[in-house]
Amino acid sequence: MEVMRRVTIFVDGRPHSVLDDQNLLQACLSAGLDLPYFCWHPALGSVGACRQCAVKLFRDASDRRGRIVMACMTPAADSTRISIDDAEAREFRARVIEWLMINHPHDCPVCDEGGECHLQDMTVMTGHVRRRYRGLKRTFENQDLGPFINHEMNRCIQCYRCVRFYRDFAGDRDFDAFSLRNQVYFGRQQDGTLESEFSGNLVEVCPTGVFTDKSFKEHYTRKWDLQTAPSICVHCGLGCNTIPGERYGLLRRIRNRYNGEVNGYFLCDRGRYGYGFVNGAQRIRAPLLRRELGGPAAPVERQEALARIAAWMADGARVVAIGSPRASLEANFALRALVGPAHFYGGMSAAESRLTALIAQILQRGPAPAASLQEAAEADAVLVLGEDVTNSAPMLALSLRQAVRRQPMAAARGIPPWDDHAMRQVTQGQRGPLFLATLAATRLEDVARETLRAAPADIARLGFAVAHALDADAPSADVDAPAHALAGRIAAALLAAGQPLVVAGMSCGSEDMIRAAADVAWALRRAGRPARLAFVVPECDSLGAALMTDRNPGLPQDGADLLLVMENDLYRRADTDTVDSLLGSARHVVLIDHTAHATAAAADAVLPAATFAEATGTLVNNEGRAQRYFRVFAAAGDVQESWRWIHDIAAAAGRTRDAPWTRLDDVTAACATAIPPLRRIVEAAPGAAFRIAGQKIPREPPRYSGRTAMHAQVDVDEPKPPDDPDTPLAFSMEGYAGRPPSPLIPYFWSPGWNSVQAVNKFQEEIAGPLAGGDPGVRLMAPSSGTAPPAYFREVPPAFARRDGHWLAVPLHHIFGSDELSTRSPPVASLAAQPYAALNPDDAAELGLNGGDLLHVQLRGISHRLPLRFEPALPKGLLGLPAGMDGLAGIPLPDWVRVAKAEAP
Amino acid sequence: MNHPTGLALANVFGILIALLVAAALLIWVERRLLGVWQDRYGPVRVGPFGILQVVADMIKIFVKEDWVPPFADRAVFVLAPAVSVVAAVLAFAVIPISPGIGVVNLNLGLLFFLAMSSLAVYGVVLGGWASNDKYSLLGALRGAAQMLGYEVFMGLALMGVVMLAGSFDLRRIVEAQRHLWFVVPQFAGFVAFTVAGIAETRRLPFDLPEAESELVAGFHTEYSGLKFGLFFVGEYVGVLLVSALIATLFLGGWLGPWLPPALWFLLKTGFFVAFFILLRASLPRPRYDRLMAFGWKAMLPLTLANLLVTGAVVLAGS
Amino acid sequence: MWSSLKTLWTIFLHIFRRRETIQYPEQRPSIPPRWRGRIVLTRDPDGAERCVACYLCAAACPPDCISLQATEDEHGRRYPAFFRINFSRCIFCGYCEEACPTYAIQLTPDFEMGEYQRHNLVYEKEDLLINGPGKYPGYNFYRVAGLAIGGKGKGEAENEAPPTDPRSLMP
Repeated sequence: MEVMRRVTIFVDGRPHSVLDDQNLLQACLSAGLDLPYFCWHPALGSVGACRQCAVKLFRDASDRRGRIVMACMTPAADSTRISIDDAEAREFRARVIEWLMINHPHDCPVCDEGGECHLQDMTVMTGHVRRRYRGLKRTFENQDLGPFINHEMNRCIQCYRCVRFYRDFAGDRDFDAFSLRNQVYFGRQQDGTLESEFSGNLVEVCPTGVFTDKSFKEHYTRKWDLQTAPSICVHCGLGCNTIPGERYGLLRRIRNRYNGEVNGYFLCDRGRYGYGFVNGAQRIRAPLLRRELGGPAAPVERQEALARIAAWMADGARVVAIGSPRASLEANFALRALVGPAHFYGGMSAAESRLTALIAQILQRGPAPAASLQEAAEADAVLVLGEDVTNSAPMLALSLRQAVRRQPMAAARGIPPWDDHAMRQVTQGQRGPLFLATLAATRLEDVARETLRAAPADIARLGFAVAHALDADAPSADVDAPAHALAGRIAAALLAAGQPLVVAGMSCGSEDMIRAAADVAWALRRAGRPARLAFVVPECDSLGAALMTDRNPGLPQDGADLLLVMENDLYRRADTDTVDSLLGSARHVVLIDHTAHATAAAADAVLPAATFAEATGTLVNNEGRAQRYFRVFAAAGDVQESWRWIHDIAAAAGRTRDAPWTRLDDVTAACATAIPPLRRIVEAAPGAAFRIAGQKIPREPPRYSGRTAMHAQVDVDEPKPPDDPDTPLAFSMEGYAGRPPSPLIPYFWSPGWNSVQAVNKFQEEIAGPLAGGDPGVRLMAPSSGTAPPAYFREVPPAFARRDGHWLAVPLHHIFGSDELSTRSPPVASLAAQPYAALNPDDAAELGLNGGDLLHVQLRGISHRLPLRFEPALPKGLLGLPAGMDGLAGIPLPDWVRVAKAEAP
Repeated sequence: MNHPTGLALANVFGILIALLVAAALLIWVERRLLGVWQDRYGPVRVGPFGILQVVADMIKIFVKEDWVPPFADRAVFVLAPAVSVVAAVLAFAVIPISPGIGVVNLNLGLLFFLAMSSLAVYGVVLGGWASNDKYSLLGALRGAAQMLGYEVFMGLALMGVVMLAGSFDLRRIVEAQRHLWFVVPQFAGFVAFTVAGIAETRRLPFDLPEAESELVAGFHTEYSGLKFGLFFVGEYVGVLLVSALIATLFLGGWLGPWLPPALWFLLKTGFFVAFFILLRASLPRPRYDRLMAFGWKAMLPLTLANLLVTGAVVLAGS
Repeated sequence: MWSSLKTLWTIFLHIFRRRETIQYPEQRPSIPPRWRGRIVLTRDPDGAERCVACYLCAAACPPDCISLQATEDEHGRRYPAFFRINFSRCIFCGYCEEACPTYAIQLTPDFEMGEYQRHNLVYEKEDLLINGPGKYPGYNFYRVAGLAIGGKGKGEAENEAPPTDPRSLMP
């Protein structure tokens, strides 16, 4: 990569120091100047379509006349002299916006974009205030684009950002620009749900209200009325940064929170629309207690519940606790402290424990470090072992789509990367090396150079073969000839790359694959290549839980006198019999969780925990980045953070000293002290005592409305806003009005910039890190100079079919495999239904037809599942949807028997 | 009513009650007169012409919470309003209403008045200090400084009258005006005394100790209920006192043709009370430094000059 | 000094002026139609609620005494699910009326809304909604908006061309 240089440009006579790899528009925005634009997007680059960013360019200091150029299409060379304020340029821009507004409907009051609309901002910035055109307005019919996106085509200003994101950036084909001249239509060929997993980003990419959030429309609130806080997505292991918004006690929506190293400008649809469980009917809102054996659990006063739990804990009762990889570090640590490390289990299945521990060990050991999403997007050669990343870690798939463009873009000399249209013309769909070795077909195959679909063991063997091809010291896999040749090509491509990346993960449940990936990365390191590893982990704190539970992998053998389960549905961790016997062996079971599930139904007492939106805590993502999420709103009633419940239980049992903390900072600090790999988590964000000019940071924008009316129907005296002893943020519109430090930004807003594009004002450079550095702290940053360790040498035997048996493997689904997001209505409506997938040849062998029901014998339990043909699935494998109710707890892969079931 | 003690008692209590009733009535009179001068009605809703407004106000003031701030000096805080009323009422003792009506007939009556009116400032100073509040303290300081400045020429302004009458006895001063009211030979003294009198009673435009637009309510910021009422009564008694004195010293007191002497006295006093209210209706409050400069640099030299001239005339005359 | 005396005299002369006081409530004041009194929600000429729940009045309100929640009918017409004004906080500045893009919220010449209980000053939508268009009789927002609602399809608003056919290739 070329080294960036600082150059000086002169804007309206004033010098500004900018980076020379930027265009003038980017440079002006980086310098904090206001220049209107539409078609340019920092992640999508420039195409010069909208003509809105016109500026006057002068030849030299003596040139008075100058000429109009598009700032987004002009490189920021040294000593460039431009004028934004030039009368002719202003006039030009004013005309352009007037043309754009000719057909724009009189919709703002009923438009969901209103108040955070880039078109509104730019119109005001340009000074267009009166409509002169008296002709008819062009209109369009809308399309039904599915449960995520609302379509209102009349509002379109034809900037083409949507197709550029949808087709060029996210790589999907079912959305396009249609028709011609002033009737260009953006939509699908016909009504139907958008296929892209990233369709929600159209809401933020569209500069006006053509694409708006349909789930938000159900309970619409203006941006200025939302109470927001910096948060972290909890629906997979990537830890994307989000801004959830709340109003009247209801979580209303999720928006992207820019983090240059993690998710950048985008989110996946699972993260954006999976918030519904927070408002869901299955929320546990009050303590529940089962008063008699076999009776129902009924709501009780918290004191009664706590007293009962304390009684169960008394008199030397043996207490065993199960934490959770979807709970915060603080919650897990408090639970571990209450029962002692010897009795604390991380809450993962035995297989998950093994895999996460292995991943943590590889990443901590080095020298191949974890790749952030941004680093993954910058990789120029990628090998994916076993992961269907689009479904198991969607945003990583978006990064890999950008990664395949690196090599052709690097080869296109003389064209700056931001010059998007020219670059695409030159590269003409050429792609860099991306090799996919997966169980079945994936959504990334359209950009892959080569694809292998194989059984888990064969994928791992391919990995070992690649490592061996890179370094003869690596163990040999003895693969067959085609695989050997493939391995050779992969090795050559990786070796030729500047920034090779190996992706593997836990979704196949195979340790061999992870070992193989590590061997490949280490072999590349030995060859002097800066290889990185991206491991996909299933949950938002999988790696954090792994770092905390070094002693007890898996679930406990028996439940002891009291089994304390926290934010975990054990039925998703092991098969029903195992969990039944575990819960049955405990004299009492206590669950702390926010959402009702099978484990809750079996618990003797349930305490209502706060969700991510109502709690503050720290999570460790798949690259070992500790990130803090903050309470968005104070939950009503007895709902509180899990660690506070643990403190209350300890206090009720007279054991306060085991969990003495009453403030989050103290838990975090104790956790950092007690567990060495986590010692830097306190740096993830400023502590509760942090103040700017003596003030807290307001969660509500300065225009927040209804303060004296929203509670007036209950009590005409306004209630005091809730205190927040855990964070430097306030549940108020009052506080520090300037720009907070990057981990504490509750919303992006700047005067004149009401839309999401206000993030421009918070970045050091446009599309660069946030001012003061991107939030989060990497816990596993091995020095790249470390010598690679000895290779893993356990090469698995090749996959062999067994007669009458099929190897059941998990197939992941972005909508349906995740526990919490599936409870959100729009996600649920798209969630995959349970099925059993077979290769059509295998099915034919069994005499099965499409639509038949199958009996799948798994661990002695028979499941009736509809058959689905999966031509890409290798023979001998049976694909089962991962994480679905009823199938979630079964450890896969496993050998199963299959028989045709009669229709009921 | 032949019994001399009985007569004296009737005199004393009659005047006291009349004074207090008049002070209370002034609340209503002032508000109605202000209404007249400001083209509106003032209180007209309670009783005929709104006269029962006085009763309503009394009830209000009696039932309001009588609060002593926890940070105040309690004893002094309670004492201050009493001082201000008692001093004003006592000074009234020397006023001769008619040849037969009056509490006492001191031969140093005028000096007694000066002594009592100086005491009245303690009400302000102590009240403001005991409130232990910055606005009160500032009000009290202003009150003290204002008294100091205006007291000086108030006494001097009266000396001309004393010289002409040859006595400090108010009855003899009235008698001395049988031919010519002192307002004519002592016009400068009359002006000076009127100005000083307004200042003494802290009435607009000399209400700087109160100055509600800058000091909340000045020295009585922390007062409420009955104690506040006492300050109020003290102020109105002060207005009556100064008006009565002006009438007595410069306008011949009870002297006048046809009408009974007491009525003449009341008319002349009433005229000045009305004048006080007119002042309040029309003049803005001066800046504090201007107020002090006016006292020391304009009024004091004027009274001194008046004294010299009067002295010279009296000397020449004898 | 002279000016003070002049002032005294001028004020004194006011004895002879007529009083300006209006003896309310016996004498009723005449209130101009643009008086900023009790706030109402009006209906458009078709009798439907004018308020489209755009939240602009709430945003403009200096004492933040308006709160509402938007919802939609089955045809996409937006209206407030609830609309609450806390008149015990309202300062009758009229910014809400000024902000309203649909003439829905209007201030009326009624100012007699005293209550002994503060909570009686909290008005809900039922209390605010009147059966008429108020000061602006003709206006109907949805006639000029591009949004389709029940009874008005795309291209049927004022000054709108019929919807284009994206499949047509005619120039």
